[in-house]
Amino acid sequence: MDNKAKEPLIHLTKRGQIPLYKAILIRIIAIVIALIVCAVITGLTTGINPLEVYSSIISGAFGSVRKTWITFQDLSILLIISLALTIAFRMRFWNIGGEGQVLMGGLGAAACMICLGERIPNAVLIILMIISSLVLGAIWGFIPAFCKAVWNTNETLSTLMMNYIATQIVLYYTILWEVPKGSGKIGIINQNSHAGWLPQLFGSKYLLPIVVAAAVTAFTYIYIKYTKHGYEIRVVGESPKTSVYVGINVKKVIIRTMILSGALCGLVGLILVAGINHTLTPTISDGRGFTAVLVSWMAQFNPFAMIATSFIIVFMDRGAGEIATSFDLNQSFGDILTGIILFFIIGCEFFVNYEIHIRNHKKERER
Amino acid sequence: MLGFLAFIPRAVAQGIPLLFGCTGEIVTEKSGNLNLGLPGVMYVGAISGVIGSFFYENSVGSGSVNPALAILIPLACSIAGSVIMGLIYSFLVVTLRANQNVTGLAMTTFGVGFGNFFGGSLIKLSRADIPSISLSKTSACFRARLPFSDSTGWFGDLFLSYGFLAYTAIVVALIVAYVLKKTRIGLNLRAVGENPSTADAAGINVTKYKYTATCVGCVIAGLGGLYYVMDYACGIWSNDAFGDRGWLAIALVIFTLWKADLGILASILFGGLYILHLYIPTGMDHMERKELYKMIPYVVTLVVLIITSMRNRREDQPPQSLGINYFREER
Amino acid sequence: MDSKQPVLSMRGISKQFDHIKANTDVDFDLYKGEIVSLLGENGSGKTTLMNMLAGIYYPDKGQIAVRGQEVTISSPAQAYSLGIGMVHQHFKLVDVFTAWENIVLGEGGRYDVPRAKSMIRDICNRYGFVVDPDKKIYNMTVSEKQTVEIVKVIFRGADILILDEPTAVLTPQECERLFDVMRNMKEDGKSIVIITHKLNEVMAISDRVVVLRQGKNAGELETASTNPQEMTDMMVGHAVTLDIERPEPVNPRKRLVIKDINVTDAEGVPKVRDVSFYMNSGEILGIAGISGSGQKELLEAIAGIQKVDTGSVIYIDGDGNETELIGMHPQDIRELGVALSFVPEDRLGMGLVGNMDISENMMLRTFGESHKWFTDREKPRKVAENVVDVLEVSTPGLDTPVRRLSGGNIQKILVGREISSKPKVLLTAYAVRGLDINSSYKIYDLINEQKKNGVAVLFVGEDLDVLMQISDKIMVLCDGRVSDIVDAKKVTKNEIGLLMTSLGGEETIAEGADSHNG
Repeated sequence: MDNKAKEPLIHLTKRGQIPLYKAILIRIIAIVIALIVCAVITGLTTGINPLEVYSSIISGAFGSVRKTWITFQDLSILLIISLALTIAFRMRFWNIGGEGQVLMGGLGAAACMICLGERIPNAVLIILMIISSLVLGAIWGFIPAFCKAVWNTNETLSTLMMNYIATQIVLYYTILWEVPKGSGKIGIINQNSHAGWLPQLFGSKYLLPIVVAAAVTAFTYIYIKYTKHGYEIRVVGESPKTSVYVGINVKKVIIRTMILSGALCGLVGLILVAGINHTLTPTISDGRGFTAVLVSWMAQFNPFAMIATSFIIVFMDRGAGEIATSFDLNQSFGDILTGIILFFIIGCEFFVNYEIHIRNHKKERER
Repeated sequence: MLGFLAFIPRAVAQGIPLLFGCTGEIVTEKSGNLNLGLPGVMYVGAISGVIGSFFYENSVGSGSVNPALAILIPLACSIAGSVIMGLIYSFLVVTLRANQNVTGLAMTTFGVGFGNFFGGSLIKLSRADIPSISLSKTSACFRARLPFSDSTGWFGDLFLSYGFLAYTAIVVALIVAYVLKKTRIGLNLRAVGENPSTADAAGINVTKYKYTATCVGCVIAGLGGLYYVMDYACGIWSNDAFGDRGWLAIALVIFTLWKADLGILASILFGGLYILHLYIPTGMDHMERKELYKMIPYVVTLVVLIITSMRNRREDQPPQSLGINYFREER
Repeated sequence: MDSKQPVLSMRGISKQFDHIKANTDVDFDLYKGEIVSLLGENGSGKTTLMNMLAGIYYPDKGQIAVRGQEVTISSPAQAYSLGIGMVHQHFKLVDVFTAWENIVLGEGGRYDVPRAKSMIRDICNRYGFVVDPDKKIYNMTVSEKQTVEIVKVIFRGADILILDEPTAVLTPQECERLFDVMRNMKEDGKSIVIITHKLNEVMAISDRVVVLRQGKNAGELETASTNPQEMTDMMVGHAVTLDIERPEPVNPRKRLVIKDINVTDAEGVPKVRDVSFYMNSGEILGIAGISGSGQKELLEAIAGIQKVDTGSVIYIDGDGNETELIGMHPQDIRELGVALSFVPEDRLGMGLVGNMDISENMMLRTFGESHKWFTDREKPRKVAENVVDVLEVSTPGLDTPVRRLSGGNIQKILVGREISSKPKVLLTAYAVRGLDINSSYKIYDLINEQKKNGVAVLFVGEDLDVLMQISDKIMVLCDGRVSDIVDAKKVTKNEIGLLMTSLGGEETIAEGADSHNG
């Protein structure tokens, strides 16, 4: 038998700690390579000059004052959802039900606007909207959390199913409340009276979500790092056994955390319905509940790094819309490019965590 | 009775894509890889077949197609597309040890985008008035019924009225169940998913098994996408029509406790639940209730999920290393 | 023997993990038909060296020759094809598989179940193993699992066997049976390496002993012509005394009275049955028993973490006031002065959080005390500074995640944290698990110091020799029941061994062993 020939050429070891600048450098290199690969693929599949594509992506995101504002507004929305999920993720609770929690929050706001709008004072209405959005979002977080805490039900699937249930409930109300009948759409709610529309901040209709996002970012950071609740969340996530050992009530922590996570998603629903779109559709969340999972993970659950990662996603998404119109391409082309960039970002973590040694025997013997 | 007889074949037709997806995911998960990219894989499996068949049909023009080629070309394209998806996932997760949840979600973004982009591009090429591609000739080959199905009455309707991919799905599920339970490959694969370091120490090539199982799983799942377009949808591709079936297939895996043979019944049951709303009378003035009935499969999944988690038997647990990547020199 | 060619030889082997040198220029030889002990302290690189033979690790430098031929072992499959098989300390078995499924796992060739089962039966008969091929691993005792591991290695055709700390989990009687089997295999011409840090085993079983110290060769001895003191000095590198101090209890008073405790686990299996005993202040009560005999559940029940079916735990403070602990919140029990430090197999599983830094781990004990919204970060930091300082924990800083520290340092932090809360009752389990001799003695000193301060100490240990030296009384558990409570100064090791496998030690060895397999 020839055992001699099969000496492994590449050898991997786990890194201890890597300097921050190196880790960031690796990620930047990955994004650059991803952009090059995207360029090649764009050229091959569509025949369009990739540089033009990139410049139109940039102009899609920042081409005008309005576009820039919308980019930041989208960024804020995605960021809040990501932060909401992060609270659960730090507990190793894989909440992929952001979609449903946002929808239910939106439903809560819309229900108040439609059923109570123009009948009670606007301030009272908005307070009721806030409460019902938060509560509905929280309930959608509570149900899977309760099942997980009591029966250890797989939360990835239960939150996923809760998404579909939420979609169907919203569809039901969409038909119930549709204007005009048979259109399958609710249309702009309270178009004339603006009852229940969230107020504009400093005269800008884009600023509200941005301010909320900034507040939620700071809140999440402090909540996880400095509060007792945050400490419990991290202990439960890192080591459930240790939590039991030091007398943390794991069930209570799971349920409490998911109620908060769901409520924050519900808040996004409120902003989307009452602050931005002024209507409710089953696609109002637009897959952001899933995208947020990526955003949160890519930022390694760090609230401030999440600003950067959600920016990458929103930037690509806004750009994709621009490519679609200016090159007469399909909007989905953006998804392909986003997918490729994500593959590279996900893959590059390997080089952050592992060290590769290539064996060179001649060298060794010379030493 | 008549309504029921009509219901069963439709439930089966609905269930087959789920069955392919479920079987594929079982094979993948048995190796310890939780592939949440399954919905994307099924999209890619479908669109690759559509692309192949589109160009073949166009090359024939108005002439008649060769049935063998009409089946083999889309089939080969679909398999190739799925294998590439499987390789991307395996490379990221097995070789680069990336987080499985995140990689899966990125695969779904990519796969669905890929499907819709090329679907959209082909729609543009075909210059049709409606936003869909119709591949009726290919579909006819895929939908060819068994010879006796028309002459055997209700028996034929129930058992013989499906295209060959439907039977393939059932055969594949049975083969997977047999291989997992009764063969050395199955034993090794289960060991890799349960405890990769044990499998490794026993001399099993963990990387090879993970790659192979993931790719084979993707191919099987991709066939589900192909079946959906070519048979169920009669060769008509329209963007986003495939919907959330990929996710349902993943749910089915837990539903069936990782048993491929059980998947056959479960997916047909699910297919039935999926279309049940069509059979519940609502009346013209309460169309909105239909939307609530459409909730049934999801609610049932959730309830079953909770019930199985309550029972919590040792044998019903997921493969122990599911979702965790293996690194030999971990200390 | 030197004239013969070794069946296995390693030359100049080096291996490094993340800047820690596990092995440096190690040489090792093994001849046909001999049993060699690979002796060294925990962390001296024994397992790493053998893992390179088993194909788990690949050496950075050095040559390996098997039967005179230079070879490269880059995977476990290659190791098997060279006839090398290793039984790892943490068993490599698939829990939901049966014994025979585990044994045939990874083997090439035809998948023939009846043939495989009959081969397994042959091996069992030849060497004297007892294995039920159809039994699921998760239903097995540790000793049964180990048997499956050894049968697996022989089934795969290995004639060079490596056993990593095989006796750590066995009773003295089970050890004897294992040694019998090893002698049978030696008769059959197989070569065996046994990794251990227990000197009496080296004396009992091996022909030759190779000593490693800090990843390097420290020497080689013929077992027949050496003694434990010589081996210890070689292992540690300087002369050490092997005696553990046992101060006389001062003014013992009842501190904790446990009565008829019953605990059932989540699957409805009784884990602790009618256990009654009491603990005195200033005394160390040792607990002996096969792992999984209810030690963990008993300690957790006292600490309030484990739900108790029936029974009572009465805490008596210095003034004679009695408090019932059952039903109290763990936090409140701890504030009374009952501290629990349980070192699990993976060290980090219970009591510490690997990814958190030292101060944050100290916080685990104190964060619940105040009822404010934010955590108090100042106090734990001071405790951390104190523990690091007093126990000489080597760490880059207080902000280093605990996971990055070595095993000994992790344990010092865990035990140090419990002691720093100035407990009245200290429950410790496996406090020296996996520690080198110096660190172990440091921990024994700490525990004895607590004893002198009038703390009632409960000490669960794996090593009977240590247990008998440090304890005042020893309670032996068998299958969740109290087998007996004996005076540690008078009891013999063999008596404890019998008590571990049978209640009251009445049954014979054979019956005791059978009841375990059944």
